[in-house]
This record gives sequence, structure tokens and C-alpha cells, in this order.
Amino acid sequence: MSHVEFIAPTKPEQAAAALLAGGAHARPLSGGTDLLVQLRSGRLPPGLIVDLKRIPEAIGIRQEGGGFVIGAATPGAALSEHRALGLAWPGVVEAANLIGSTQVQGRASMAGNLCNASPAADSVPALVAARATCVIVGPGGRRTAPVGSIAIGPGRTSLAPGEFVLEIHLPPRPARSGDAYLRLIPRTEMDIAVVGAGVNLTLDGDGVVTEAHVALGAVAPTVLLVADAGAALIGTKADEAALAALDAAARAACNPISDKRGTIEYRTKIAGVLARRAATIAYGRAEKRA
Amino acid sequence: MSKRQHISAVVNGDPVDFLTDPGATLLDALRDDLGLTGSKEGCGSGDCGACSVILDGRLVCSCLVLAVEAEGRRVETIEGMADGSKLHPLQQKFLEHAALQCGFCTPGLLVAAKALLDVNPDPTESEARYWLAGNLCRCTGYDKVIRAVMDAAAELRQVRV
Amino acid sequence: MSDVLERPAAAPLDDGQLKVVGTRPVRPDGAEKVTGKAMYGADLALPGQLVGKIKRSPHPHARIVSIDTRRARALPGVKAVVTAADFPDLASEEYEAGESASNLRDLSLNVMARDKALYDGHAVAAVAATSSAIADEALELITVEYEVLPHVTDVEASMASDAPVLHAHLFTQGLAEKPSAPSNIAKRNEIKRGDLEAGFAEADVVVEGRYTTAAVHQGYIEPHACVASFGADGQCQVWSSSQGQFMIRTYCAKILALESSDIRVTPAEIGGGFGGKTTVYLEPVALALSRQCGHPVKMVMTRDEVFRATGPTSGAVVEVKLGAKSDGTLIAADVVLKYQAGAFPGSPVGAGSMTALACYDIPNFSIVGYDVVTNTPKVAAYRAPGAPISAFGVESAVDDMALKLGMDPIALREKNAVRDGVKASYGPTYRNIGYVETLEAIKTHPHYAAPLGPNQGRGVAVGFWFNVGGESTAAVNLNEDGTAVVISGNPDIGGSRASMAMMAAEVLGLPVEKVRPIVADTASIGFSMLTGGSRTTFATGMAVTQAAQKVVEDLKRRAAMLMDVAVDEVEFVNGAAVCRDPAKASLTVAELAAKAAQTGGPIGAQVSLNAQGAGPGFGVHVCDVEVDPETGHVTVLRYTAAQDVGKAIHPSYVEGQVQGGVAQGVGWALNEEYIFDRSGRMENPGFLDYRVPVASDLPMIDAVLVEVANPRHPFGAKGVGEVPIVPPLAAVANAVRGAIGRRLTDLPLSPPKIRAAIDAG
Ligand SMILES: Cc1cc2nc3c(=O)[nH]c(=O)nc-3n(C[C@H](O)[C@H](O)[C@H](O)COP(=O)(O)OP(=O)(O)OC[C@H]3O[C@@H](n4cnc5c(N)ncnc54)[C@H](O)[C@@H]3O)c2cc1C
Ligand code: FES
Ligand code: FES
Repeated sequence: MSHVEFIAPTKPEQAAAALLAGGAHARPLSGGTDLLVQLRSGRLPPGLIVDLKRIPEAIGIRQEGGGFVIGAATPGAALSEHRALGLAWPGVVEAANLIGSTQVQGRASMAGNLCNASPAADSVPALVAARATCVIVGPGGRRTAPVGSIAIGPGRTSLAPGEFVLEIHLPPRPARSGDAYLRLIPRTEMDIAVVGAGVNLTLDGDGVVTEAHVALGAVAPTVLLVADAGAALIGTKADEAALAALDAAARAACNPISDKRGTIEYRTKIAGVLARRAATIAYGRAEKRA
Repeated sequence: MSKRQHISAVVNGDPVDFLTDPGATLLDALRDDLGLTGSKEGCGSGDCGACSVILDGRLVCSCLVLAVEAEGRRVETIEGMADGSKLHPLQQKFLEHAALQCGFCTPGLLVAAKALLDVNPDPTESEARYWLAGNLCRCTGYDKVIRAVMDAAAELRQVRV
Repeated sequence: MSDVLERPAAAPLDDGQLKVVGTRPVRPDGAEKVTGKAMYGADLALPGQLVGKIKRSPHPHARIVSIDTRRARALPGVKAVVTAADFPDLASEEYEAGESASNLRDLSLNVMARDKALYDGHAVAAVAATSSAIADEALELITVEYEVLPHVTDVEASMASDAPVLHAHLFTQGLAEKPSAPSNIAKRNEIKRGDLEAGFAEADVVVEGRYTTAAVHQGYIEPHACVASFGADGQCQVWSSSQGQFMIRTYCAKILALESSDIRVTPAEIGGGFGGKTTVYLEPVALALSRQCGHPVKMVMTRDEVFRATGPTSGAVVEVKLGAKSDGTLIAADVVLKYQAGAFPGSPVGAGSMTALACYDIPNFSIVGYDVVTNTPKVAAYRAPGAPISAFGVESAVDDMALKLGMDPIALREKNAVRDGVKASYGPTYRNIGYVETLEAIKTHPHYAAPLGPNQGRGVAVGFWFNVGGESTAAVNLNEDGTAVVISGNPDIGGSRASMAMMAAEVLGLPVEKVRPIVADTASIGFSMLTGGSRTTFATGMAVTQAAQKVVEDLKRRAAMLMDVAVDEVEFVNGAAVCRDPAKASLTVAELAAKAAQTGGPIGAQVSLNAQGAGPGFGVHVCDVEVDPETGHVTVLRYTAAQDVGKAIHPSYVEGQVQGGVAQGVGWALNEEYIFDRSGRMENPGFLDYRVPVASDLPMIDAVLVEVANPRHPFGAKGVGEVPIVPPLAAVANAVRGAIGRRLTDLPLSPPKIRAAIDAG
């Protein structure tokens, strides 16, 4: 990795300016668990690295306006240590915590997971199902965008030159809400998802689903928010029939590829299975969360 | 070639200074600049854990940290684990349980296991296995490694009470 | 791998008397390894050392039209550039070293391609530079013009008559008539007994299957690494992590046309090998670079290079047909093995053939093996080379046979088990084997009777490995204070220093802490074959024991001198020379050592031998799995492995060998595989997608040590390191069959395959 330049600004605006000035090969650095691997393997050309971890807003978890603000470079391990976040968004936290090993958790961030734009990124389906947004800083100032709008294809984002994600916002949580994320990997740890499924739902007092969002990973070029799958749950108590409809809707939405990690056929089937199982877990959590 | 940068950090409690290429990893700096070759490179891509160190209290793969990121940070490596010539209970238990064969994974496993016991003094077998899933060992099948970790945890709990 | 030579040896010491052997002391090199001080291949830094790197072919099969290194040489900081032109063009010559023979020409061409690149990752040039970054840049500046050729990676595709031919000079050996055209089938071998047709005609039940295994890598965590320094006077030094410093010396000498006396190889600590470090990749290149520039050159592979250019073992096709009488007597077996050799001939199909039916006493059988070259990295030995593959086929078929016969799988194996006096399928007559005892150990183990839950299954499989002896040298030197040093020439890959020290301590009557073992360089100890074939504790242990015994004889002689009695008046008991005459005070080892000058000078002995009679080993494994019927994901719930180990010198390290072998076998069965894309490039050259088992994938592995002593070893030891990887492939597959009610025949048993099998109904 020769010809690498490195700076660690403390202000978001400095970072944006440096990224813009650095040109096409300038990169924000959060945990580096994708970036360093890609630089080393030669998949990314060397250039300017802008470390975000010394920007105070980019690190840590804050409760604001009933929701949560997560600094872009906050490592997964910090998410798992935050009790309130875990109670409100267990699915988001478990998704982020599935990324890599304990060591990777010491570094890897959700924003990095998002901006790396892998279709198999684990935290993204959970964030999309959670209707999370992100605050983006760029040379022109700040803007907010839904998490689901960041990745536009494998390895490609909608971020403009100089832009980076500063924060991820999780919305306020109504009572009787629950979320869950499941993925399929051949091992038990240390694998990239063959399929991932995030489900986020809210119940009324009778246990009927009033709102549901289902997002799938690794079954299309970007994470899919499957409206039909969510709709299959709404108005039900996530009973067998609803789950079957959900399963079918999830499968119908899949547009995967066959690669070294899985076949089209297998991925499609598993998307249904995982969506169903995640919905059951999310439903159970929602029932418990008064 | 980019200019080398001057880095000051604290490694195993001691202040250190070194010059590093901005593209070099913390593992490179530890091994090549500081002569601390106890951390091993098994993959260079975060997959094997042989390079595990504790950075500001968090377990990380030093192959996935840039050396320049260590500026002002605290790094703990295998070389700092024993108290002088007195082995850490984990090191002692690894020896007693024959938890190493070739020993290449051992520094990383020990550092990772120490990080575990620092946050969870009483892990279940399953917790220990998942915590250590980022440390590949090809020789032992993990059986004796896990036994050693559980035994060391028990001993450390004794010491604490 | 011959187990034919019968040599009566002293009866093993009676267990009751052993004080050190069979205990579990802390290993002598342990503290170094838990504190990070131990020096592995990449840990050495010499003053003025350069960084060496290799340029590799991106094509699986291509003619090298030209290599232009001028721009690389001109780059400031680049000190040496080599290509095949810097190595002698060797004649074809078979050379026996360790577990398998190598052809020196092939070996040299594998180290550096000459006319053709034969796999993705094949070395085509190398550079040495003052920094890693400069070396990388220099590699970029080397231009290689390739004429890309059609390639073939699959073993059966490579056997087809229209397959692209890798070597125009390769004509199949072992055929009745010399073939008229070259082919990728390097060799056909055959082992036969009885009348196969008559056997099947007599059979009441026949089962048949076609099984495939993927190429898998040894997966040692330490990448290959070395430092080499070529002196101005032609004397060279090499430090490297390998399974044999003498092997490195020999191969470097042959490949570079040097004399062995000019090369001194110092073994670094080795971070795992499993057979994969029984050959050279970097050392001759580092020497060639160093020769060109006069600086020491250090070379360390990346993980990507390890996967693409070293190891693996064969992907294979195994066809098995078994015939049995209705009472379970196996009466006929027909086995066909097709093993991938990689770019050059030399797959382990020979050993696969010899081991395939080694656990069974079958009157009529035929085993035919094919050694097939493919555009994939040249295979290297991997723990019991060849045996797990053929065992996967045979043990799956035996399991089906048990099912068809309605017999318990262990009972079926017991009924057909080889025993002492039976002529093994591969030739010799078995003696002192503990196979039946090992079957018994599993049959009576609580695991075998434990209840299973829904979606769970239990699988049994057995396995065999020859174990080898061979040439070893060891020395035992007594220090002036009565402590001792044991010097051997075998890298300690998994605790062998401990067992060497223990055997010497046992004979010398010393506590084990008073005996310090070292692994010496090639100039400091006599020749020893490499650490492989499960030979070290057996053969080198025999040399150590004999050297210690010589020291004891010498001590008795010296004691007699000091006591002024005849030598036969003196016995050696518990670390002291004791005279029959109680009036004479005994002399301890320490006392005798202190008086060495008076009795003839320093005390020590060296023994070189060619050990014969390594007892073959048998393993019986039982595995429980649970299959998620919706995802096809397999969880290994419980695993018990029994093995006849002869005598466990250090039981913890023997258990460790068994547990490690099982883990590798489970990985082979479930998740590990080389995946090639359509252009013949490896798609998963990293530990994220080449999935070795992680800690959370496995349960505890219960190793049951069965001790049926090997009378040809002083303490009864047999080799233990290889047997445990033989049964797991089939044990896991048989357990999956039990769980889902269908037989899967293609490894790895990844979730998509299992789910597809379940869906197929
Ligand atoms: C061993 C290992 C196992 C892994 N396992 C998994 C897994 O199980 N699941 C999974 O999803 N991933 C996995 N990954 C991939 C990786 O860890 C995750 O994608 C991680 O979340 C990336 O976060 P990071 O902070 O390390 O990102 P970085 O590496 O710092 O950045 C990733 C990319 O995003 C850009 N970027 C970073 N931060 C920002 C920002 N704030 N704004 C804009 N762009 C930014 C970077 O420039 C880079 O292109 C694994 C990686 C390794 C090494
Ligand atoms: S070397 Fe860092 S994880 Fe393997
Ligand atoms: S002891 Fe060899 S890799 Fe763990």
C-alpha cells in the first residue's frame, strides 16, 4: 500500500473539503475493515485516506428526540454495549454485531457497512427495515437521506464527491414494536451472508400488526425493501397464513445471482425462510415491549 | 513514495515513537519497526486473528489498523501479557492444557481470550467459542483451547474473590 | 510407507515402571510460544536484508512467450530479478524424500515456470528490493507475454480424450501398452485380489456409489516464509519454517545445482504444515535472488499466494461397489479412484488405493487409481495423503451396506475387520494392530447409545494410516551438572520436543525438566527425514531412546570405574548407577557428570538409524449432527474419535492430534473447497471464503486413546497424527444421511446441496 496519504481531521467540514480535494481516490475511513482489505488486495487504488474517528460527532451513540443518533464511525462493539439501543432496536444491533469477528466488531461501523455498498452487508437490511436515515456532510453542507438510498449497486453509492455519512438516525420507537435480523452463512461466524432478512414491525393492543417493513440482503444488487412482504403481515397476528404469504412475497421479490456463496434457487428459498423466521422473532419482541 | 509519518503511542504501557508509511498497518509497525514479532500475520485481511491486539481497550486485528491511526493510542500485545517473568493465568493454562500445537495462533488467541475475560469473567463455553471465532487455529480443533480459557477464567474468578 | 520389515525389538517397557512417559508435563518450548518470543519463519530479520516477492501467472494455462524484466531492474531499490533462466534446466529424475517421491524437474518447474504457466498463481519471475513497496512496483514493471491456452481444472474433464494436454511428454504409465498419445493421466495403478466377478456373483446384497471430493488446502495459519543468504564464497544459509530442514537443503541443492555442504538450513518454528510444508516454494528463489545481489533476501507469502500456489490436496472422484452375503460378510469390492495431481504428476492416489480397503478383510477386490494432472496448483501432502478421499467413498458405501442389510454399522465393520495375521489389502500381514479394540471402544462408549432428537443423525466411519519410520538422527549430551540436552533434526510441529525430552528423561531416570530438547540445523546434527508420515515420535523417538540408552551404558561403565568394580556389577536404576554390592555407594547422574573428566571426558551419544516397523494406526469415529431442514445448515453436535495409538508418550498432545485431525476432516466434509471460476482462477483464496472451521463451529471432541503397544518401539508408540483425518469425511456424511434420510455423495456438504437433496424428496 504505497502512495497512501492519511489525515485525521476533527471537524466534518475539514473532512469533506479534504475528500473533495483528494479526488477520485480519496476515501473516508471508519473502521477500515473493508477499506484496508481492499487497498491491500489492490482492488482499490491507493489515495488519500480521511479518518473520521477523530470527529466527535462521528463517534458514539446519543439519544435524541426519542430516537437514536449513531456516529458514523462507531464500532459494532460500542453498539452492543449500549443498553437502551439494544432494548429499542435489538434487530439493528444484532445485525451490526453479526459483522465479522470480535476483532472486526472492535472496528467495523454501520456507516462503513452501508457505504461499502455490498449487497450482502448485514446491518443494512436491518437499518432499511428500521426506516433509518443518515446525515450526509458534503462540500455543500448537510443533507439527510434514507439509508436505503445510499447504495445504488454493488460497490457504488449515491454520495457525491466530497460527501460522507456523518450520522445514522434511528427513528423514535412506538410501544409494541420489535425488529429482528437473521442471515444464513455456512459456518456459524466469520462469513458473508448468503441471504439476510430484516423485519421491523409494530402491533396494536390486540397483537395485530399495524406496520411492517421487510428488507432482504444478498438477493439483489442492493438491499431490497419488500413492500409486499410487509403488507403480508399488516392486519395479521403473524400467523401461519401470514407467514406463508410473507415467505412467498419475499421469494417473489428476489433477483439474486449465483456465485461462490450460493445459487439463485437456494438464495430465493432461503430469503423466504429467513423472512418468516425473522418476522416471528420480531413479533415476539414486539409483544414483550410494552 | 509517500512521506513517512512520525507516530507516538503507548505500547504495553511504554511510550514508543516510530516512523511509518501512511499505508503501513499497525501489525507492520509492531513487527518491523518495534521488533514485537509476537503478533503474527496469518492472512493480512482480518480473517485469522493471529495479529490480535487490544487498541484503546478494544480487541482488533492489527492488520486492519493503519499504523498512523495509533497516534496517541494505547496498544497491548502478547509481549505485554505476562507480568515480567510471571505468566498470565491464561498463558499458564494454555501450557497446562496443551492448548497449542504449532503455537502460531497462540499469541492472537491469548490476547483475544484476555479481552474476553476482561469484559466477561464467567463466560459459558458457547460464549467463549463465539468470542474466539475470529481466531483460527488449524492444529487443535479448539477443544483444549476452550478448556484452557474456561479454566483460566475460573482461576481468575478465584483470585478476584 | 512399507510396514514389511519385521525386526524383533526389545519389549516395550512395562507401563507400571514408567515415570515420565505417559504423563503430561508442560512442553519445553511452551513459555516461548505463549509469550510471543518464539521465532517463526517471518520473524527473523537479518541486517541488510531485502524483500523478495514473486510475480505469478494470472492464467491457468499459458505459454510464456517472453519475459521482459528490464524496467524492473532499472527501478531504484531493486537489487535482483530472477526468472527460470536463472535456474538450471534439470533433467527428469525421481527423488524420494519423506512421504512422496518428487520429480526434480517438476519440482524446479513448480518453483519457477519455464516455458509454460500451468496454473493461476504459478511463479514466473521474482524480485528482491529494499522495501516491500518497491518490490511490488518492480513486479508491476515486469512484462510477461503469454499465449493463453485452453485449461482444465476438473479431474474427469482432464481425463477426457479431448482435454487440453498439459505436458506433451506425459504418456500414461501403468497401462498394458504404451499409449500412442500424451494425456493428462500420468499413471494408472491397480491392486487386485481374488476373483472380483465371482465375488459379486456370490453376493446377496450389492451397493454402489460415485463420490466426489473438492480440492482442499492444509490451511496452516503460518504462510510460507524464509530468509536466505548466499555468501560470496558460495556458502549459503537458509532460515525457514518447513517440515524438514534437510528436505529444504536437498531440494535447494538439487534445484540450484549446489552442494549440500554449502547449504546450512536452520529450522524456524513452524506454524503448522500438515504435509503442506514438505516441499519447497520460496527457498530456492530466495537463494537465487541472494546469489544475484549478495544480500540476504526474506520472502513471506501472502495468504492469497498460499492458496493459489501451495498445497492443496486432490479433488477426486471415487467409485465404489461392494458385495456382501446376507450375514454381512463383505465378499467383493470394486474401487476406482481418480485423483487430481495439479500441474505435475504425483497425486496421493497410490496411498489412497493402498488404504481404501485396509480396514477390511475382503477376499475379492480390485482397486484402480488414476493420477491426473490439471491446471491447478500441484498438490502437496496433506495429513494421511490420499486416505481420507478413498475412505469417504468406501465408508459411505459401507454405511449404505449396513443400512441395506439392517445391520449396526459397527457390527458390520467388526464382522469384516482386519486382525493380526490378516494380509492387508496393500500387501503385508498385520501384527499388533488395535483395530478391533478401537471398534469396541466406540461400541461401548456412552456416545454410541445416546438418544438423538428430531433432524439429528449419527454417523460412524473408520480409517487407516500406515505410519512410517525412516531415517533419523538424535544426540543426547549430558551437561556437567547432570542435566541433559536432546538434539534432533525434526522440526517440532506439534509438541515433539516434549515427547523427545520425555523419552530421554525416562531412560536417563531424570525429571523431564532436567532434559532440554533442541531442534538443530543441518550442520549440527546428522540427517533426518522430514517431520511427516507420523514418523517423528516413532523414528526420531527411537533414535533419542537409543542415544539415551548409550549414555546409560556409558554411565554404567564410568560408575564401575569409579566404584572399582566390573561393569556387570552395576545397574542403572532411577537415575543412578547402583552396585550389586550394597557397600558401594550409588552414583547419581549428576555425580557421574561431575566426574566426567576423570572417567573419559564429556558424556554423550548420537544415534543415526533407519527405523522400521512403525505400527499402522486405526481410528473409529462417531459423529452426531443436526440438520436445519429448511436451510440445509449442518451443526456438529457431538464427536467422539477412538484411535489405536500404541502408547501415548504425552497423552495431551496425542489427544490434540486427534482433535485437530477431526476438525480438519469436519471442515473438508462441510465447507472447505477450492472454487475455480470459468477462466480457471481460484475464486476464494482467503479464509473468509475458504471456510476452515472456527471455534463456534465445533463441539468438544472426545479423543479416546486405545493403547495396543507396538513392540517395535521402545515405549510401544505408533504414529498418531494422520489417522484422525481419515474417518471424519464419511462420519459426517453418514450422520447427515441419518438426519435427512438421503445419501449425499459430493463434498463439501454445503447448505445449498443439503437443501436441494431434501427438496428432491
Ligand atoms: C474478517 C471480516 C469479516 C467480515 N464479515 C462481515 C459480515 O459478516 N457482514 C458484513 O456485512 N460485512 C462483513 N465484513 C465487511 C466489513 O467488516 C463491514 O462491511 C464493515 O461494516 C465495514 O465498516 P468499516 O467501518 O470497517 O468500514 P471502512 O472499511 O472504514 O469503510 C468501508 C467503505 O465505506 C467507506 N466509508 C466508511 N465510512 C464512511 C462514511 N462515514 N461515509 C462514507 N463512506 C464511508 C470507505 O471509504 C470504504 O469505501 C467483514 C470484514 C472482515 C475483514
Ligand atoms: S493477520 Fe490479521 S487477521 Fe489474519
Ligand atoms: S496451534 Fe497451530 S494454528 Fe493453533
